[in-house]
Amino acid sequence: MYRYDSFDHQITAERVAQFRDQVRRRLAGELSEDEFRILRLQNGLYMQIHAYMMRIAVPYGLVSAAQMRMFAHIARKYDRGYGHFTTRQNIQFNWLKLQDAPDILAELASVEMHANQTSGNCIRNITSDEFAGVARDEIVDPRPYAEILRQWSTFHPEFAYLPRKFKFAITGASEDRAAIAVHDIGLAVVKNAQGEVGFRVLVGGGLGRTPVIGVEICDFVPWQHIITYAESIVRVYNEYGRRDNIYKARIKILVKALGIEEFKRQVEADWQHTKNGPCTITQSELDRVAAYFTAPAYEVCANEDESLQAMLDDNRGFANWYQRSVKHHKVAGYASVVLSLKKTGIAPGDATDKQMDAAAELAERFSFGELRITHMQNLVLADVKQSDLFSLWEAAKALGMATPNIGLITDMICCPGGDFCTLANARSIPLAKAIAECFEDIDFQHDIGELEMNISGCINACGHHHVGHIGILGVDKDGEEWYQVQIGGAQGNDANLGKVIGKSFSFEQMPEVIARLLQVYVRERYDDERFIDTVRRLGVEPFKAEVYGTLVESDEALKAPDYELLKVGVSYDMPYYSPRF
Amino acid sequence: MIIKNKTVVADDWSVLRLAESDTADGVVVPAGRILVPLKVWLAQRDSLQHRADVGVWFASDERAEDLQAEVQKFSVVAVDFPKFADGRGYSIAYHLRSRLGYKGELRAIGDVLRDQIFYMQRVGFDAFVPRADKDINEVLKGLSDFSLTYQASSDEAQPLFRRVTR
Ligand code: SF4
Repeated sequence: MYRYDSFDHQITAERVAQFRDQVRRRLAGELSEDEFRILRLQNGLYMQIHAYMMRIAVPYGLVSAAQMRMFAHIARKYDRGYGHFTTRQNIQFNWLKLQDAPDILAELASVEMHANQTSGNCIRNITSDEFAGVARDEIVDPRPYAEILRQWSTFHPEFAYLPRKFKFAITGASEDRAAIAVHDIGLAVVKNAQGEVGFRVLVGGGLGRTPVIGVEICDFVPWQHIITYAESIVRVYNEYGRRDNIYKARIKILVKALGIEEFKRQVEADWQHTKNGPCTITQSELDRVAAYFTAPAYEVCANEDESLQAMLDDNRGFANWYQRSVKHHKVAGYASVVLSLKKTGIAPGDATDKQMDAAAELAERFSFGELRITHMQNLVLADVKQSDLFSLWEAAKALGMATPNIGLITDMICCPGGDFCTLANARSIPLAKAIAECFEDIDFQHDIGELEMNISGCINACGHHHVGHIGILGVDKDGEEWYQVQIGGAQGNDANLGKVIGKSFSFEQMPEVIARLLQVYVRERYDDERFIDTVRRLGVEPFKAEVYGTLVESDEALKAPDYELLKVGVSYDMPYYSPRF
Repeated sequence: MIIKNKTVVADDWSVLRLAESDTADGVVVPAGRILVPLKVWLAQRDSLQHRADVGVWFASDERAEDLQAEVQKFSVVAVDFPKFADGRGYSIAYHLRSRLGYKGELRAIGDVLRDQIFYMQRVGFDAFVPRADKDINEVLKGLSDFSLTYQASSDEAQPLFRRVTR
């Protein structure tokens, strides 16, 4: 993975010093909260309901064992012993003190990490494919380009005060695992007919209250020009994006208003000034960065077909886990493994300090000391020898990270919701837990098969409900929490937005609603058809008919006791205190 | 007092801001060194163009291109930041320097604060008029927050990867 040189270290250290002074001035009253807010956001620091939250950047989701141990250390020393991995491959700590923030940043810098631009109206951390470098369907490894773009966007002087946040995602494989269609700029590294490397560029995708699938602005930008091309897109957005209404300020609104043809014309007119200029990426810079992403020292081994098969035949638990958690690897004898952070009863994406320390150790023992964080909020060990899979499974099981539910109904994406976020209409985490408990039976889950369930506590859609096969949205009715259900959304190559099935439901009705959706699926599916494909084939009608056909009973036992959390300090001014901002 | 070329110096330019009742072509531009709104310049060009003591300032919703090559005749051009979170002024400055090749003084006015002027300097500002309630010597410190940068901008034509051997 990328390692800092003296230049990266110096810039990071200067940033820590700058923020330390800003915090000092805030605490001394020299900076007003209004002046300070934007500065702390650009250092990843939010004020939430109970405390400060810090979002730490994990560039394109890649972490070393040493960095993972640093997360564990921060969880222990400054937080309440756990952290939360997010849908943008970052990690958040929810219970911090403002005074500690500069020290935390300094500790992070010691392991080549930071919280730069993880919030605020600037270019955010760039996300990528969790299987970059190891996936069999990879065309080009996107990570060197992601790192080059990270450096370009870090403290870019022209783009720190954009109309709104700005997110890049990049993939280099034929299957899009980075959800590039729902980012402000989505990049797919591709090869043209001549075998040259470049980018297919999508623009204007995003979720939130106006969900939009990104549109192609250029089918091939040669790799040398991606900085200048991206810079022109962001510049046109900075100049013309709306600033009068935060709900209309994302680039997707500008692209819609101008139309993609006119937007592209403006971008390319700007680009003519910089194309081939000094910001053109040089071969030597690409080579320098790419050298950090060469393959580790794989052993030469064959695919473990026979002995592995014997163990799979022998052990049902191992076989279940293998089926869900183990992914193909491009090198013979190796596999990639997803460690589940979706154990029933735990908030999706949460990990304790002990789990993080242990995950670091697993990475050292089994995967060349590196891990990845997925946008589904799980961890990946990318380079595991197939002959080690059984020992890894046993170790992961002991740590509560081997739930065989990857890609299944309980592998949910869920926003922080009403327990942490002041914008919430409803609680997400308790609902995720309640649903997970109802469908915990692993045989049932395996029978239902691949199903993505995404939950957002309000229309801001941090839980990506629009692109869940089943999407759940918290809505407010007369001050009470209700949940609206949509089905048929998807991310990836065939990304599309789900359709609402009808009137919303109470917390207590939700498990029954999900059960009815699944009943229709089980009744109607063809052999191996996934839930999403059945929905696509039949449309929402049969699901609607089943769900609304008879009264949905409330499961009174589900009445969650923790309403108290919602009542704490929700009287803050609106948008400042949400992970959304 | 203003910040110019990284020091605090005296300054006698004033800024003309239109009151609600003023119109761009009707407002009287007083004598003495004065920065007028771009609109006023465009409306009163004929009578103002012989005055060496007139400069223009851009509002954040105006564009450097509105002035084109004419920008070269000014010794001072300013860009207004109505709120420090309004980032359009950064692109206006970038365009003035990098596209129109403006070489004279480029001044940031309005909500100009210590924690933004490092980036302002990078996109091409060389003079800063801090918000009146701020201590100008404190604001000045903001110019030296970083000694190293990754990207090119108006202050530095080469990105880091072309400037040094890494
Ligand atoms: S703003 Fe985001 S985190 Fe907060 S409730 Fe809404 S969707 Fe969830």
